[in-house]
Amino acid sequence: MPKYTLHINGSEKVVDAEPETPLLYVLRDYLELNGPKFGCGLSQCGSCMVLVDGNAVTSCVRSVDSIGASRVITLEGLSSENGKLHPVQEAFVEEQAAQCGYCLNGMVMASVGLLNKNPNPGEEEIKDALQMNLCRCSTHTRIIKAIKRAVKNQ
Amino acid sequence: MIDLPKTSRRKFLRNIGYLSVGFPLLNSCFGKQDPTVAARMNYNGDFPGSMRNASKVNAWLQVLEDGRVMVFSGKVELGQGIRMAICQVAAEELDLELDQVEVHLAETGLTPDEGYTAGSGSISNSAMSVRYAAATARQKLLELASIKLNAPVENLIFYNGKVNTKTSNQSLNFAEILDGAQIDMEVTVPVPLKVNTEYRYVGKPIPRTEIEKMVRAEAYYIQDMRFPGMVHARVLRPKGYHSKLMKLDKSGLSAEVSGVIKTVINGSFVGVITEREYQAVKAESFLRNHSEWTESFLFPDQKDIYTHIKSIADHAQSIRNDGDVSEGFNSTETFKSAFTKPYLKHGSMGPACGIAMYDGEILHIWSHSQGIYPMRSAIASMLKMDEEKIHVIAVPGAGCFGHSTADDAAADAAILAMNYPSKHIRVQWSREDEHAWDPFGSAMIMELEASLSEDGKIKAWKSDVWTDSHSMRPNNDAATLLDTRYLENPIELKARGYLAGGHRNADPYYSIPNMQVNVHYFDGPLRVSSLRSLGSYTTIFSIESFMDVLAEKVGKDPLEFRLAHLEDERAIAVVNKIREMCSSEILNDGEGIGFAFSRYKNTAAYSTVAAKVWVDKSTGIVQIKKMWAAVDVGEIINLDGITNQIEGGMIQAASWTLKEQVTFDQNGITSTDWASYPIFRFSEIPEVEVAMINRLDKPAEGGGEVSMPPTGAAISNAVYNACGKRVYDLPITAEKIKSA
Ligand code: FES
Ligand code: FES
Repeated sequence: MPKYTLHINGSEKVVDAEPETPLLYVLRDYLELNGPKFGCGLSQCGSCMVLVDGNAVTSCVRSVDSIGASRVITLEGLSSENGKLHPVQEAFVEEQAAQCGYCLNGMVMASVGLLNKNPNPGEEEIKDALQMNLCRCSTHTRIIKAIKRAVKNQ
Repeated sequence: MIDLPKTSRRKFLRNIGYLSVGFPLLNSCFGKQDPTVAARMNYNGDFPGSMRNASKVNAWLQVLEDGRVMVFSGKVELGQGIRMAICQVAAEELDLELDQVEVHLAETGLTPDEGYTAGSGSISNSAMSVRYAAATARQKLLELASIKLNAPVENLIFYNGKVNTKTSNQSLNFAEILDGAQIDMEVTVPVPLKVNTEYRYVGKPIPRTEIEKMVRAEAYYIQDMRFPGMVHARVLRPKGYHSKLMKLDKSGLSAEVSGVIKTVINGSFVGVITEREYQAVKAESFLRNHSEWTESFLFPDQKDIYTHIKSIADHAQSIRNDGDVSEGFNSTETFKSAFTKPYLKHGSMGPACGIAMYDGEILHIWSHSQGIYPMRSAIASMLKMDEEKIHVIAVPGAGCFGHSTADDAAADAAILAMNYPSKHIRVQWSREDEHAWDPFGSAMIMELEASLSEDGKIKAWKSDVWTDSHSMRPNNDAATLLDTRYLENPIELKARGYLAGGHRNADPYYSIPNMQVNVHYFDGPLRVSSLRSLGSYTTIFSIESFMDVLAEKVGKDPLEFRLAHLEDERAIAVVNKIREMCSSEILNDGEGIGFAFSRYKNTAAYSTVAAKVWVDKSTGIVQIKKMWAAVDVGEIINLDGITNQIEGGMIQAASWTLKEQVTFDQNGITSTDWASYPIFRFSEIPEVEVAMINRLDKPAEGGGEVSMPPTGAAISNAVYNACGKRVYDLPITAEKIKSA
């Protein structure tokens, strides 16, 4: 089995995996990270989102083989080492922007990806950036409020 | 990050008032208040059903070594926030800080058997049982402390986990008072309950602590559990509901897929166990490509589904018959409408997952089931095992919205664990499994007929409902588990579950002198079970659409027309409140507002919903601009928790109303992913506003389902008001509006 050296949350990780293994399975099953969630495996729901070189992307169909030297950040990698939450994470807690919270990983990652590109998005830009992300509990309105709050907190 | 509310708690609570949620909130800082002893009042009423088999204090709570309290509930966390609600109630009665209470949710052998976490019953059952047990415990602790401290009860201060005398600095915590014992006494009336105007936590918008765990990516969900040596598995679902496995060629499997440990075959059940999770995905797909199944041509043509339903339905059964409907219809014009609703999916964001490990004696199962005790009895009967040999631990999964696939994944894991002992086996369903094998919410038909009297009121009303079962939840009938149909010795279903859920709310809550309600049950082609709010979404969609039709016939304002038929003061209050909430809305061309009311189950919480929509008259495309809800759930336990549930319920039901239907052809389900079963995405999300009416003197009802039923009709009525077209067949799509 090929060996891959991946840059995950600021450190190098070596994994033995078959080339077509989706990044999601490498993160969850090999590296024991909880942030990215399996929701569809079809790149339709956004549950599995991570940041690849600062962009929020789905990880469930992207093979480990395609990652190369890219920097991958998961939900775990957003807070600082002393445990301080990223402003987006903080805003999700403050707005209680979750019910079951299963979609929360994708929502937070998509929001961070958005703020990386556009630190001051309006409501339409927020909705556009989250169009990929489904939430069946339908906590959408709180998620939008959380992102607006994060914009202020940054 | 967290501001404390500035208002005093007395000012903050009024006996009845409209509350809106103010954030952010408190943590445990209320402990700094003056610990004057809150007044108590004797409760002499009935106890909830959950206490029937768990009538002692220590069934619901135990004191920990450090003096804190562990509360037990047989309910599970589904994202509805029950853990915090139970914590609030216990902390309130025991005068503890919130972090002095730990809540242990469902685990067999440890927590009370409270059946299923369903029907918006967790507050009225579990939280109320905890309330009575905690208040009884407080009383007992006071008595014991009085002896130990040698001081009369009136001279004791009971606060934040300590009991002090007013005169000395002697103090004891709960563990010291009990000396390692637990309170093994029956909860009996009278129970001295804290007077509700003295509440520190109940009724407040207390943040749920688990949300921080989620944002920190802590292991919270069943999907995040990892055990040493744990292995992975998938189950190969049959080609169709009634397909049988003819041939399976697994000879090339190990050469093609690495890490394969074992393939378990039992009749048409095929499971494959691997070392890594993705290997299981590949192995399942290999086996799918190397298997042959009998065809399963059993579904009718989708476009004929409602004709089919009528053709297979049983004879009508009478549910209600007041006055004389035929007399009321006699010699006067009657109005008729027929409404239809397709099969709907639960659509949980996380496909089902189950973990099991057989240690040679006990089968341990981790599951996000809604009812671990009933599931245990189904699995015991499937495996022909003694129930006592199965230990089930509830772990949260993604929100499920009714009986979904969690129990089936647990059953998969259980079968595999018995075939491969002493390892934890984790079964993860695929998105396609989840979409195709879900027990859907039943397709339904509702036909209504009414006559009007000269004063513009309804004279006679007739409802006819066609419905399949609305609960096939696991119970001691093993056939409620999907796997049992495919085992070598398949198990036949003995019963049809909870049929009555289908006519929930089929009798309008309005005062109508002559009313007849009939139900026509059918045993339909698709797998069904309970979906959030059961039949009420369809019955209220139909009734409340029809109320607007009738209001128009008599030339009355839709809300006035409803008020003219309501006598219950709480119902009138939610109707008036919704009117007030949207009174200043300005409508532009193509926009309309619609309303709908219901009292859930006709006995529980009250809600009215308003929707403002814009309809593009040339294309029929509907956009929901805003939705409002005015809700009365009686006494509120967690204001923010309930508000979150109601907001989510409206948006989910709006997605059902405008977009959703399970599709199928003769061979099986064809809506097997999010592209073929689209639900709301962000671009479709309206603004929402919720007003809660807090009734401290009324029993606390759950609110998880109450905003679903009126949402469909509010949208339909709004569409009609916006463009003059009414759609009777859900979902309300652009094509149907155009051709209406
Ligand atoms: S799991 Fe990757 S998009 Fe759904
Ligand atoms: S909070 Fe449950 S799916 Fe979004």
